[in-house]
Amino acid sequence: MNSQADTTSQAVDTKAYRSGTAARTKNRVVRNLIGLSFISPWLIGFLFFTIGPMVASLYLSFTDYDLLSEAQWVGLDNYVTMFTQDPRFWTALKVTFFFVFVSVPLKLGFALFIAMLFNGKHRGVGIYRTVYYIPSIIGGSVAVAVMWKQLFGLEGAVNGILSLLHIRGTNWIADPQTAIWTLILLVVWQFGSPMLIFLAGLKQIPAELYEAAEVDGAGKWQRFAQITIPMLTPVIFFNLVMQMIGGFMTFTQSFLVTSGGPLDSTLFYAVYLYENAFAHFEMGYASAMAWILLIIVAVFTALIFKSSSFWVHYESEEGNR
Amino acid sequence: MRKAIPWKSVSFHSFVCIFGLFMLYPILWTVASSLKPESEIFVNAASLIPSALEWGNYATGWKGFGQVGFDTFFKNSAFVTSLVVIGTLFSSTLVAFGFARQRFWLRNALFACLMISMMLPSQVTLVPQYILFQKLNWVNTYNPLIVPAFIGGTPFFIFLLIQFIRGIPRELDEAAVIDGCSPYGIFWRVVLPLCKPALVTTAIFSFYWTWDDFMGPLIYLNDVSLHTVSLGLRMFADPSAVTAWGPMFAMSVLSLLPQLLVFLFFQKYLVQGIATTGLKG
Repeated sequence: MNSQADTTSQAVDTKAYRSGTAARTKNRVVRNLIGLSFISPWLIGFLFFTIGPMVASLYLSFTDYDLLSEAQWVGLDNYVTMFTQDPRFWTALKVTFFFVFVSVPLKLGFALFIAMLFNGKHRGVGIYRTVYYIPSIIGGSVAVAVMWKQLFGLEGAVNGILSLLHIRGTNWIADPQTAIWTLILLVVWQFGSPMLIFLAGLKQIPAELYEAAEVDGAGKWQRFAQITIPMLTPVIFFNLVMQMIGGFMTFTQSFLVTSGGPLDSTLFYAVYLYENAFAHFEMGYASAMAWILLIIVAVFTALIFKSSSFWVHYESEEGNR
Repeated sequence: MRKAIPWKSVSFHSFVCIFGLFMLYPILWTVASSLKPESEIFVNAASLIPSALEWGNYATGWKGFGQVGFDTFFKNSAFVTSLVVIGTLFSSTLVAFGFARQRFWLRNALFACLMISMMLPSQVTLVPQYILFQKLNWVNTYNPLIVPAFIGGTPFFIFLLIQFIRGIPRELDEAAVIDGCSPYGIFWRVVLPLCKPALVTTAIFSFYWTWDDFMGPLIYLNDVSLHTVSLGLRMFADPSAVTAWGPMFAMSVLSLLPQLLVFLFFQKYLVQGIATTGLKG
């Protein structure tokens, strides 16, 4: 009797279980579809405007293509030409590397220095912070590029100020020795964003650490080197990655202020790429250049990420949910 | 009792003020030059005080070149920028909510793709995108500038919003589920209203970057009547153009004005936005 009841209830159970799993599978599908529907705008964009073009660009980099006639497969020709027969490619690489490795450390150093200053308890820090951030808002605009060109021209304001000190300045924009420095200065001038990020990072360092160090007799520099810098490394890491990637892609400033000149002394990689693509219509060659840029950026980003385990200090992992 | 002079404070303020003056000098100089008579701009170049106020520079600059004046350029810029801001808000909030709150297949892999695309140099997709837009007959229209915003074209904003939504307590979602809210209802009624500060940050940044954008318009807009302010200004900078320095500086000042005004009104949101993305990254 009992066993009979058991079997029936078992049968009912299995049935309920089966329909339960079916419902659960259906639920899971619905849930997945709902989730995917939320990200669908980005997913479509990612497939059609990022992945698709990347594959296309890889293909084009092995062709000769001028937009008008069909793309001609040329194998590795573009890459071979670039590395062996195009001195301007090497110039562009050299200029860009110099620019990135000088401007990024200068900009971050400056940002950190000012952030340290503003971290103290002084009146009016809010206003100063606002003023120091203004160049970063407008820095990428054509108006600023145009202004920079006039500021550093032969009769510009910079030479005007220097003449008050009885120094005769050159035309900073037109001199191959100095042109790149005017662009570096333009970028360093916009240290506002990393400054704000550093400032927020400094505010999160617990005051007890400094108090304890002071009790132990640590001086100002020791506290800076042993507490501030290690505690800031995650922020330094973030700033370094973002600024470096931005640096390799710099276009507008060089294109407008110096047009890559004089004598190619400010021929940034992005400017030379633009020139090949949209002035000479060498779409295949420009695509090959784009892929080399991608590899360079990827290698440097990977290096920074790999090295981060040696120098980036994470207080705890629980913050990253 | 007399208070001692706080030397630390005095040195701080004097250094920061003098240095701040250097920081602002180029901008002040541009404003001053926009009001100087033509003959004076490069004579007393360093001076910040015009001998006479030459408002005519603004009138001359506003007329622009040939048939097209700066009223057209400003209208075009305003049109493109407002649509890009709307598109960015639409797509990045939806996508960010999806990544922060929903579970779906390949979520982690897709999130990794999002992060990688944030670091991808735009030059890599520049040429094929141009070819694609050309095939679609979109060159010389605003589509190449606007449409990408509606499909999550700037992963940075998605990332910013993901970080923000992760900070909103999940209990609120759960309470809404008990009340019978669908995921779309949770998004629209619970999460979105709480995201307001992050939405303002996103809107401001996307406004800045679109207003400033030079390369996009340079590549896609050929007709002068379609030009944005960036391209209009660039025509002044062209060495072959008439060298009208006063009007050029006047239009430069006008082009910076919207950005500066937005900054002064919304700086609180900006500062917060930069700090959170940077810190939680």
